[in-house]
Amino acid sequence: MTQAALPAAKRWSSARAWAAGLPLSGKIGLALVLFWLLVALVGPVLAPYSTGAFVTYDVFEGSSPQHWLGSDYLGRDVLSRLLAGARYTVGLALVASLLAVVTGTGLALFATVSGRWIDESLSRFMDTLISIPSRIFALVLIAAFGSSLGLLLLILALTYVAGNYRIARSLAVNLDKMDYVQVARARGEGRAYVAVTEILPNMIHPLLADFGLRFMFIVLLLSGLSFLGLGVQPPDADLGSLVLENLSGLPEGALAILMPAVAIATLTVGVNLLIDALPARTRRMGGEG
Amino acid sequence: MASVPVPLERAPGTSFVLLRLIAGRVGSALLTLLLVSLVVFVISGMLPGDAAQEMLGQSATPAQVAALRHQLGLDVPAHIRYLSWLGGMLTGHSSYSLVANMPVGEIIGQRLPNSLILAGLTTAVAVPVALFIGIYSAMRRGTFIDRALNIGTLALVAVPEFLMATVGVLIFAVKLRLLPSIMLSTEHSSWGEFLRSYTLPVMSLAFVVIAQMARMTRAAVVDQLNRPYVEMALLKGVKPGRIVLCHVLPNAVGPIVNAIALSLSYLLGGAIIVETIFNYPGIASLMVNAVTSRDMPLLQTCAMIFCAAYLLLVLIADVVAILANPKLRSQ
Repeated sequence: MTQAALPAAKRWSSARAWAAGLPLSGKIGLALVLFWLLVALVGPVLAPYSTGAFVTYDVFEGSSPQHWLGSDYLGRDVLSRLLAGARYTVGLALVASLLAVVTGTGLALFATVSGRWIDESLSRFMDTLISIPSRIFALVLIAAFGSSLGLLLLILALTYVAGNYRIARSLAVNLDKMDYVQVARARGEGRAYVAVTEILPNMIHPLLADFGLRFMFIVLLLSGLSFLGLGVQPPDADLGSLVLENLSGLPEGALAILMPAVAIATLTVGVNLLIDALPARTRRMGGEG
Repeated sequence: MASVPVPLERAPGTSFVLLRLIAGRVGSALLTLLLVSLVVFVISGMLPGDAAQEMLGQSATPAQVAALRHQLGLDVPAHIRYLSWLGGMLTGHSSYSLVANMPVGEIIGQRLPNSLILAGLTTAVAVPVALFIGIYSAMRRGTFIDRALNIGTLALVAVPEFLMATVGVLIFAVKLRLLPSIMLSTEHSSWGEFLRSYTLPVMSLAFVVIAQMARMTRAAVVDQLNRPYVEMALLKGVKPGRIVLCHVLPNAVGPIVNAIALSLSYLLGGAIIVETIFNYPGIASLMVNAVTSRDMPLLQTCAMIFCAAYLLLVLIADVVAILANPKLRSQ
């Protein structure tokens, strides 16, 4: 963990060297991811109109100098709504994947340093959750609890905890057999110390890659749910809701339905390209789950 | 897995060990299915309101709610409800759909064949295309076309189905006016009509499956192509096409079938979006309706069908991996 101690300028140049070392597909992915993070951060400030404002009498207008991406089914500015929707999609997915990774990894570390009995039963439980396809699991949870923003966040996170747990546990179990961990135990260090100080720092890179993967899955799940009308509820709208609400513009080929769908795809494709371009030792193949 | 004694002579012992391994997998899958049913039952039983209250609305008197609760069997303890629910599903005497007021089994019976047709057609389209792409790019590995296919499939894996469906409708139904944009009925008078109405749903579903399957197939074939026996065949002067067909494919068939089964599990999630978009009367859209109307018995049964299908595909992938791996076989 020497990186934190480096001066900012040096860190910047090492980050640039890292980015320059990526293959072309990775650079494209990185650019797309940075673009969408930036949009989520500052997009709503740049929005030319208010998200709810009716700015034109023409619905499903094409591109024009006043409205770059045209107007939606109620005559609102698509670009402004897209910028606001991106914040919901990226923000919710970031928080949910962080929650999923922290919970999954926390439980995995706990299982690794605890006794065999806890480890076995926790792992069996997680195996059961993995065996439920993620969309089905999310649908059952939504039917039971509803989908207010807070609950939606928890449901998204909960759906992918088990996938992260499986990866984190297999990493932690391998590290647990290492000599330095055994030495720390022999020294009489407590379980929490072994888990957090000895094991966790050495699995951080694969975990970051898994975080990216969870983020992509969660963006896809969230947009899918919103598209079905079960995710983010009006008046809030994420990118998936924008596709749904403009569905009536499909026969006209309206930009209002195409652009949000393309936005989601560029975000998820970007993440996928970036993760795939990471060095093999960092990346862990993780399937849907 | 408990350690299995290694038989000295392979002949009688091998098939026994093999059977034991496979039986172990089947047993474990059944156990998982049982645990999954428990999870589904517990989660869907935790709803804040209860179904009887939900159906009667705010103005119902407590007596009415209690009566309906009794009629629905909601006043029995949870573990007994779980057992009778499980028994009901196993024997086919499943519960009543709360909203449609019909036995769940009957509704599912009408919808399931439609979903199976959609899944079957998608499989029939996806498997040959994916195998072709996967094997072709493995043969050309390292070349420009392989890298282009690699990035293409990598990108496609992450594209949401509704973008595929939207773009498909836009091109084929709106601009070219070749295909209908929604499915109006499943009764078709002719083959042409059948093909016309299924093309877009199948296409939207197939892209992600093809991309995933092609990537896994490529990996399996490349793994074989790097083995010494391929180099030997090459040095002996066998043509590349023949090496792949006669030497590599017989050895890679296990991993490839494994890849097919795992990729097909992507169909289950995809169907939920695609059936809803195209207004297709299958069980995935039925499940979405069950969520919006909070029809728990229907939802539980649909969820269990999806989970069982998923576990079946994973089990097939597992068993094929065992059968295909001579090391696992002889251990």
